[in-house]
Amino acid sequence: MKDKDYQEIFSQFKGKEADLLPILLRIQEKEGYISEEAIRRISKFLKLSENQIYGVASFYPKYRFNPPGRKSIKVCMGTACHVRGGKFLSDAVGWKLGINIGQTTEDKRFDFQRATCLGCCTLGPVVKINDDVHSRMLVTGLKEILEKHD
Amino acid sequence: MISFEQRQDEARKKWNALQSSKVPVIYVGTATCGRAAGAMDVLKVIRRTLKEHKLKAKVVEVGCIGPCYLEPLMDIVVPGNPRISYSNVNAESAQKIVENYLLKGNPLPMLAAGHFGENGHPVTAGIPRFFDMPMLKHQVRVVLRNCGYINPDSIDHYLANDGYEGLKKALAMGHEAVIAEVEEAGVRGRGGAGFPTHRKWKICRSVAGDDKYMICNVSEGDPGAFMNRSLIEGDPHCVVEGLLIAAFAIGANHGYIYINSDYTLAIARLKTAIDEMSELGLLGKNILGSGFDFDIIIKEGAGAFVCGEETALIAAVEGRRGMPRSRPPFPAVEGLFGKPTIINNVETLGSLPNILRNGASWYKQYGVPGNYGTKTFSLVGSIRRGGLIEVPLGIKLRKIIEDIGGGSLKKFKAVQTGGPSGGCLSEEYLDIPVEYESMTAAGSIMGSGGMIVMDEDACVVDLALYFLNFTQKESCGKCSPCRVGTWHMVTILERITKGEGTTEDLTKLQTLAETAARASLCGLGQSAPNPVLTTLRHFRSEYLEHVQDHYCSASCCQELVKYYIDPEKCNGCQRCAEICPTEAISGVRTQLHEIDFSRCIKCKACYEVCRFDPLAGNAISIKSVRRVS
Ligand SMILES: Cc1cc2nc3c(=O)[nH]c(=O)nc-3n(C[C@H](O)[C@H](O)[C@H](O)COP(=O)(O)O)c2cc1C
Ligand code: FES
Repeated sequence: MKDKDYQEIFSQFKGKEADLLPILLRIQEKEGYISEEAIRRISKFLKLSENQIYGVASFYPKYRFNPPGRKSIKVCMGTACHVRGGKFLSDAVGWKLGINIGQTTEDKRFDFQRATCLGCCTLGPVVKINDDVHSRMLVTGLKEILEKHD
Repeated sequence: MISFEQRQDEARKKWNALQSSKVPVIYVGTATCGRAAGAMDVLKVIRRTLKEHKLKAKVVEVGCIGPCYLEPLMDIVVPGNPRISYSNVNAESAQKIVENYLLKGNPLPMLAAGHFGENGHPVTAGIPRFFDMPMLKHQVRVVLRNCGYINPDSIDHYLANDGYEGLKKALAMGHEAVIAEVEEAGVRGRGGAGFPTHRKWKICRSVAGDDKYMICNVSEGDPGAFMNRSLIEGDPHCVVEGLLIAAFAIGANHGYIYINSDYTLAIARLKTAIDEMSELGLLGKNILGSGFDFDIIIKEGAGAFVCGEETALIAAVEGRRGMPRSRPPFPAVEGLFGKPTIINNVETLGSLPNILRNGASWYKQYGVPGNYGTKTFSLVGSIRRGGLIEVPLGIKLRKIIEDIGGGSLKKFKAVQTGGPSGGCLSEEYLDIPVEYESMTAAGSIMGSGGMIVMDEDACVVDLALYFLNFTQKESCGKCSPCRVGTWHMVTILERITKGEGTTEDLTKLQTLAETAARASLCGLGQSAPNPVLTTLRHFRSEYLEHVQDHYCSASCCQELVKYYIDPEKCNGCQRCAEICPTEAISGVRTQLHEIDFSRCIKCKACYEVCRFDPLAGNAISIKSVRRVS
């Protein structure tokens, strides 16, 4: 992110402590993760220590601290998907990509996340790749959708 | 600025014009569930087909009407005819239906799910009434009354359906009278605990001072529940109207909506709603000339289940780590920024406009004494007809699962309510009424509305482990009974699902669970042991089976099952080898295949293809074998 991107985000806020979470969200939306540079800049803007910002940000599962892949695979690990075999799916995705949940493949093609319910539980198991939701997904269909998103 | 009444009039005219439209109207359900099933593609095809044939029609996007298993849903109204609903449409069938119905006047009854008119109309011959379908027949629609009917992005649609009438009445009645009406209606919080709403309002109202806050809790942390999300996506104004009524009652001038940032569609709908309200003078200073001032800030949450807990939610809104604190002081006395604060659930708020508009006695026709009103549930899992439902309290669980849901896909085993804070009930409990007290007495809880049905293919020990894994990860770490207790329970449960558990482990588990429930600081830790306690109580034999026989009768626990290829049945079609993500299966075409167990991750892929692929021989089986001691 460039200087003006930060300025644009900061200009929407008053600079109070309560602005911390929304600022982090806006930065993550823009850049895909929270970089060390971002934490330094927020610290200056909100006059909070970098430690405190990192402490707050790392509490919330939403924030990531490493750059995302070009495509983001989210496997739903919600209860409805779990009882329909969501775990098998996430095992298989991890195996196919050779990474664990929270990591990005070396070629930066995919990152692998877990979701706690994507809101379409009747259609589980569900996998979301960027904005595409694949419902009633079985491991048998995995190869095909991964190739489609290559 | 035109007056509220003028705008209401205009809205009604617009709505009536839509109802008696001279051109056909096509409704598409584009809530999250519809979108996941492909509603946006359907929408595109409809627009394209209309253009291709130069057909004039209005296309309206609506929320979810409930039966998600039928998504995508497309409804068509041809002038003079009842609305007809088509289910499970895709790009191809949508085009076919639009062309046949709009061009040739043939509504294709074979593809229709139901109609919204009276029976006996020639066009609807052979089509049942939508609300006579088994899934809908036993439901009542109070909170969800507008979902799937109105365009959620249009305040006019809401106004035309008596929107903001409840608020108007509340403003005229005065603060105390609103609280009294809500008390009379017997409203209990729908966020899970069922705490009488008027009681906390009264406490907050009685605290001196002008700075008070009203918060709507859209944290919806239960993984596998979507009631709150769906309500906001389908009818955002009813929740916001409820927020205004509650704020007026307690005397708060500032409102927050704390919403999960992953709920992008719901957030967008709320933003539109708030903009339209401000334009109309329903937010800001001196609302509807009553002297009541109110503003709303949407606060996006960044995950964390514990942030659904009131004091943790407040910490999150203030920009800190979402950790709960001990109470008292209760938020009603000392909450957000140290000021008196009331937090209510989405559904609690969504019921208020109806209660104020129609009166407490109207509301009390639903439900039973002590448990008045309705409750929404997301009915999912192994169920024939899954989706979002609304039922009167006091209804039997069996009625929900069998009559509304159509029963489980395979033999019924359990129903889980209340998510990570709730429990599992077995077949014997299906005849208890759905009421706060009876659900708790049975060992589960009413919860916020998650209802997951499990059949014989699901293992309750695995489910207990699933929930404990969840709460262990979500534990904020502030108090040790929760932080350490959940960790130990996970360790023991993992041992059991691997067939390494002992009978003493069950006793240890019970003691640990009871201790964590008693000693934890907040509701998360206090209720986290519930999934363990109820499964130990209702499904002890399944635990014993894992411990004594190293056997999982559901063939679910991965460490306790083996995969077999039946040499008689395997025809060497190579489908399993192609599909296996770890390349654990090998074999020459037309010859018996083999599984390399050192590579197999037991993901069931080979089993699924072998069973369902027409070329395959249904040769693969997954079995758990009892250990003979
Ligand atoms: C761990 C935990 C998670 C909770 N999650 C939610 C939630 O997602 N939504 C909700 O409305 N209430 C949740 N609650 C309950 C709230 O703390 C609170 O009681 C509720 O929002 C009050 O609203 P009501 O009185 O309208 O039910 C949760 C409680 C705990 C202890
Ligand atoms: S549990 Fe997977 S979408 Fe809800």
